[in-house]
Amino acid sequence: MGLEKFLENAVLTTTISEVLKWGRKNSLYPFAFGTACCAIEFMSLSSSVFDISRFGAEVIRFSPRQADLLLVAGTITFKQAPILKQIYEQMPEPKWVISMGACASSGGFYDNYCTVQGIDEIIPVDVYIAGCPPRPEAILDAIMLIQEKIQKEPTEYQKPKRPIVIGNE
Amino acid sequence: MENITIGKLKENFSTSILEINTNNGDAFVLVEKKQIIPILTFLKNDSELDYNMLIDLSAVDYLKHPVKKAERFEIVYQLYSLTKNHKIRIKVSIEMKDLCVDSATSLWKSANWAEREVFDMFGIKFNGHPNLRRILTHHEFIGHPLRKDYPIKKRQILSVNDTLMDEMEQKLREKGLKQ
Repeated sequence: MGLEKFLENAVLTTTISEVLKWGRKNSLYPFAFGTACCAIEFMSLSSSVFDISRFGAEVIRFSPRQADLLLVAGTITFKQAPILKQIYEQMPEPKWVISMGACASSGGFYDNYCTVQGIDEIIPVDVYIAGCPPRPEAILDAIMLIQEKIQKEPTEYQKPKRPIVIGNE
Repeated sequence: MENITIGKLKENFSTSILEINTNNGDAFVLVEKKQIIPILTFLKNDSELDYNMLIDLSAVDYLKHPVKKAERFEIVYQLYSLTKNHKIRIKVSIEMKDLCVDSATSLWKSANWAEREVFDMFGIKFNGHPNLRRILTHHEFIGHPLRKDYPIKKRQILSVNDTLMDEMEQKLREKGLKQ
């Protein structure tokens, strides 16, 4: 903006959306949707050894209305699927989803009539974590990827404009 | 050594017993369907037998089993006596035309959920059951998944959350906590 040469290194200039995204990525409010052993790994992640609070995401919300990061940890059955979808819809925008472990990402070894073959059949997913169950470090990695994604997210004026379509093509 | 339970059953219900056999040392008795409740009542109330615990009640589908059976389904009652420390298995054949059997809920309370599970998984009805609804699958689910002719990968999309409140409200009313 040209202000830097007057203020030198005393002040950093930025855009408000950059600050907003920086704030968002460092204060994620996770909602743990734990249905299986992956949730146990998540407990270990949120306690002192692995310490999710280093990434500013330590306040685990038990209401989807107060959370912006949905962490699906465990097997999702078709009976559970409407509940998961409702919880996702209850979360306010902007929101991100981590699919944790083999079961949530692909159904895992439950290739049967009652298990959803990956939660991306129901809700959009931002980051998938492999493993059965994944190590807590893998979840930290996923949170870092989400942070990166939040920082790179285009603001309104950067979003691509929809092309004007004339005729069938 | 003759099993005391089998001896007593032979004595009292000789005409209703169709088969007596053992499998790996565990005895089982195949009985007539219409006599099942009198037999189970006898096993529970007889002072020498005293089968006071129903460990499990489940069903078997013999549709694709290598051993051919006359009837497709069998219900298996696993009984145990905590006082006498002995076990017995009682089996009943269920034919496809008449998929029902009398409920054992009046004898053992644990039969309630076990029978609901058999109803859910095999579609076998239990006459006189207080609340015969699906217990594991969703109320929108069609078919009975443990039947051998149910395709193992036939997945069903369900649209609403299943509720448990009807059962809860009944319990609250019984306890006088709700009108």
